[in-house]
Amino acid sequence: MKILARASRPLLFLMVLLAAYEVTVGGFSSHILATWAYTVAFGVLVVAGLALILLGNEVLEKPAVVIISSVIPLALSLGLVVDFLPEWQTPYIIFVLVGLGLIVFTRMRPSNRFKILILSLVHAVAGLIIFIVPIIIVLNGTVPSAWFVLVSIGAALIGIGGILLTLLRSGRELLNQKIIFSILPVILLLMTAAFVAGFQSL
Amino acid sequence: MVFIRTKLKLYRKMIKSLQTGLLLATGLAGYMSFRCPVFNAPQLLAVAGSLFLAISGSTVLNMWYDRDIDARMLRTCMRPLASGQVSSKEALLLGLILSISGIGWALATGLMFGLIVAAGLFLDVVVYSVWLKRKTAWSIVWGGISGGMPILAGRTLAVGGFDWVGIVLALGILFWIPTHIMTFNIRYKEDYQSAGVPTFVSRYGIAVTRKIIVACSIFAALMMAAAAVGIGMYIGYLRLLVVLSIGLVVLSINSLLKPSEKINFGLFKYASLYMLSAMILMILV
Repeated sequence: MKILARASRPLLFLMVLLAAYEVTVGGFSSHILATWAYTVAFGVLVVAGLALILLGNEVLEKPAVVIISSVIPLALSLGLVVDFLPEWQTPYIIFVLVGLGLIVFTRMRPSNRFKILILSLVHAVAGLIIFIVPIIIVLNGTVPSAWFVLVSIGAALIGIGGILLTLLRSGRELLNQKIIFSILPVILLLMTAAFVAGFQSL
Repeated sequence: MVFIRTKLKLYRKMIKSLQTGLLLATGLAGYMSFRCPVFNAPQLLAVAGSLFLAISGSTVLNMWYDRDIDARMLRTCMRPLASGQVSSKEALLLGLILSISGIGWALATGLMFGLIVAAGLFLDVVVYSVWLKRKTAWSIVWGGISGGMPILAGRTLAVGGFDWVGIVLALGILFWIPTHIMTFNIRYKEDYQSAGVPTFVSRYGIAVTRKIIVACSIFAALMMAAAAVGIGMYIGYLRLLVVLSIGLVVLSINSLLKPSEKINFGLFKYASLYMLSAMILMILV
């Protein structure tokens, strides 16, 4: 059950290559903080993809996955805030650091009753930023290419991926584990492709 | 025709094509990290050809010398020599022909290049396999030094002498080899024990070995990053190298904190992939 399906490997490998490409080009920004934020996000995708290929689906059930999967939206949203909402940069950096710190802290104590609340709050804020900011800046003409809206599609897909991971970890039988394991690589690849295409459109 | 095909198939097993390929990649990366060689096709061919022959030769000679150990280990008992598909005389002859032709070609390509390749072969076959492998777990250090020779040789030929980047690249390989070998030692600890080969696992225990793996992974990553900076690697590739290095260190720490066979073998595979990726990035510069 936990062995990676044969078809998943090429999909994940393609995802790793796309994410690695984005790491090498450093997103689209000339701002060093944004470049490193995108590097962290896509870097996590590279390493996580390789870990999935080499270790199999078992890694998805590790407690650290919650923390690592929080880094991707937080880092991506931070990059977008630095690039397009510079006046919010300092408060958002504080939010990212505090949010990630709280997620780590609450996850270290399994009985902590705030862990779901904090995780949901942090993911919701980061996810909304990645989803809404590209739409707004495309609509008001801040960026020259409408294809940048693909980043929003990537955000929607990352949300679906997050829900699938939550279902997996909750152990509820809403979706069969086998189905989740077969859908997830597709979602991850499409999400990465959408982010890369969106970023490269600028 | 069938006879030749069968022989080639057996010989391919004897040169451990994946391991030889990885070491060859390090030699090519050392050479091409100096930027200009892609325009010097004959020399590039000489580097690739001589290193391939010398590395293959040393691997065959090691396999010839260790045929009794191989026969006692479950993992290796089906190797061509251990299983009797190739005679020991034939293997020795093959190893010598490959080694001598490899070193000869390397010396003809460049004196210093040839001497470093010869030193690597001597360290690997004589010092590591013949002298130390059956006596001490610390033989791995000499295996590591010999593993660093192809990249040092390639770099030295390209630069025209020793430089600090070449030394650091060789140190990167030296520190990477324990991660590569010790994860393997952990996976096949019973095999090594039954064959009477001392390893860090049998001498100091798995916990200490895992700590050494973490320390070596960190040093290997630092050396690779330092060499990349010294080479003048494009910042985007450097970022990717940093990402991959962090992955190596995180995975090794994970294997220390939450040890499992799966993570241990995953680390072994990741380490190989890491080295290959690092070498490709060094070539791209």
